[in-house]
Amino acid sequence: MSENQRIIEIEVLRYHPEKDQKPYQQVFEVPFTDDMSVLQGVQYIKDYLDGSLSFRWSCRMAICGSCGMMINGEPSLSCETFLRDYYPARVRVEALAHFPIERDLVINMEGFIEKLESIQPYIIPKEERTLAQGEYLQTPAQLGAYEQFSSCINCMLCYAACPQFGLNSEFIGPGAMALLHRYNIDSRDGGKAERMELVASEEGVFHCTAVGYCSEVCPKHVDPANAVNQNKTNAAADYFLRFLAPKGGAK
Amino acid sequence: MNKRRPYVRPMAGWWRKNPFFVEYMIHEGTAFFVAAYAGILLTGLVRLSQGEAAWKMWLASLQNPLYIAFHWLALAAISYHTYTWFKIMPRTMPPVVVGGKRLPDFAITGGGLAVAAAASLALLALVWGMAR
Amino acid sequence: MKPGLKRSNAPIFWALFGAGGMLSALFGPMLVLITGLAIPLGFLLPPDTMSYANMLAFAQNLIGKGFIFAIISLFLWHAAHRIFHSLHDIGIHAGLLAKLVCYGSAMLGTLIAAYALLAIGF
Repeated sequence: MSENQRIIEIEVLRYHPEKDQKPYQQVFEVPFTDDMSVLQGVQYIKDYLDGSLSFRWSCRMAICGSCGMMINGEPSLSCETFLRDYYPARVRVEALAHFPIERDLVINMEGFIEKLESIQPYIIPKEERTLAQGEYLQTPAQLGAYEQFSSCINCMLCYAACPQFGLNSEFIGPGAMALLHRYNIDSRDGGKAERMELVASEEGVFHCTAVGYCSEVCPKHVDPANAVNQNKTNAAADYFLRFLAPKGGAK
Repeated sequence: MNKRRPYVRPMAGWWRKNPFFVEYMIHEGTAFFVAAYAGILLTGLVRLSQGEAAWKMWLASLQNPLYIAFHWLALAAISYHTYTWFKIMPRTMPPVVVGGKRLPDFAITGGGLAVAAAASLALLALVWGMAR
Repeated sequence: MKPGLKRSNAPIFWALFGAGGMLSALFGPMLVLITGLAIPLGFLLPPDTMSYANMLAFAQNLIGKGFIFAIISLFLWHAAHRIFHSLHDIGIHAGLLAKLVCYGSAMLGTLIAAYALLAIGF
């Protein structure tokens, strides 16, 4: 080790269900360089200090959405958060908030996956379409309308950010709503009425109190808060105008 | 067998742990002043309906230092509500497209605050005009 | 609706919250300044701005009635909705009781305001 080798303290919330009653903090001394991400710090711990440390990661370039964790209390992608920005202070690392901890930094994401599936994340055609009619045509402007909402990498940072989801995990939440909105405003899609049932339900958008932290932490600038809150207006319109429309809409 | 035992962390004190949430609770808290001020106005309205003597007494009571202090606090709180209301508006509105380009957040917030300033001045002008 | 899903009645309270929030954002600060500071402390406006005669005339006017009712009622509904949700945020999940107290107060205030405005006459 060179004389200039700096050491940073990384405090990790550990939890192994087979031996631990509840999670506890463990501090590791990690030698680091300016180019190292928190993910690399955690990988160093696993490779050299404690092989039992468990965490998800894959692309290490902020596109797979696997490495989300709480870093100093903020939902972050560990692969694009850098140790140099915290040194010499200690870096606190914890599993993503508002999800049950399975083991160390690994959370149970089954509920999130179910929510994504529940919103019918596929083009529901406006009318029957034959192969002979050919492909849908879409202008750049039409693409531009929903493109930002299609950028979601399912990293769940927005769920870790959302206190309403933390208080009530039945809430459909920001990420699922961003995906729902992505399809609703796609010019090829005609499923808005079908999806409205979930939006307008008791698990729907009205749990949101416009905290806005979800959009703050989103690494892809999807702005899920916008998706949720635009749909409050849509749900309200559906609620007040439902007796006027002859078909469609939730009852 | 199945060794899974997922641990659910408690939510108690969640808002105290992050400055973003502390600010959120503060701006939500401005509602208390909105309610209290509406209550004062409601009291005034009831006194108005009870005749001149009752109205005069209520008007005089507003000069009580405690009421004055409350209204200074309410002015600060409700002004903060105005600011945060328009600060969150870019998140709650559909995109506004002007001349092919999408309006940035600061334009929406700034526009809203400008409308609030104009509305405030219009109200003041109206009251001043009616009093003369 | 799909089985198991219940439609939320939140839109009613959310719409009232939104209207009250916008009204209080646009007019709240100036109203507080006028009624709570300028008139009692005697600056910015003529001292008899809120005289009985002036206020009675305003409250007897249809537009004046509308303005007074909108301000009082919508401010109350806005605050009720926000306070109810804030209670939930800080861990007080008193459910139906909290709903009754919060929204009930707003309803009570609304009714009192309506009654007073009608009693004042035209």
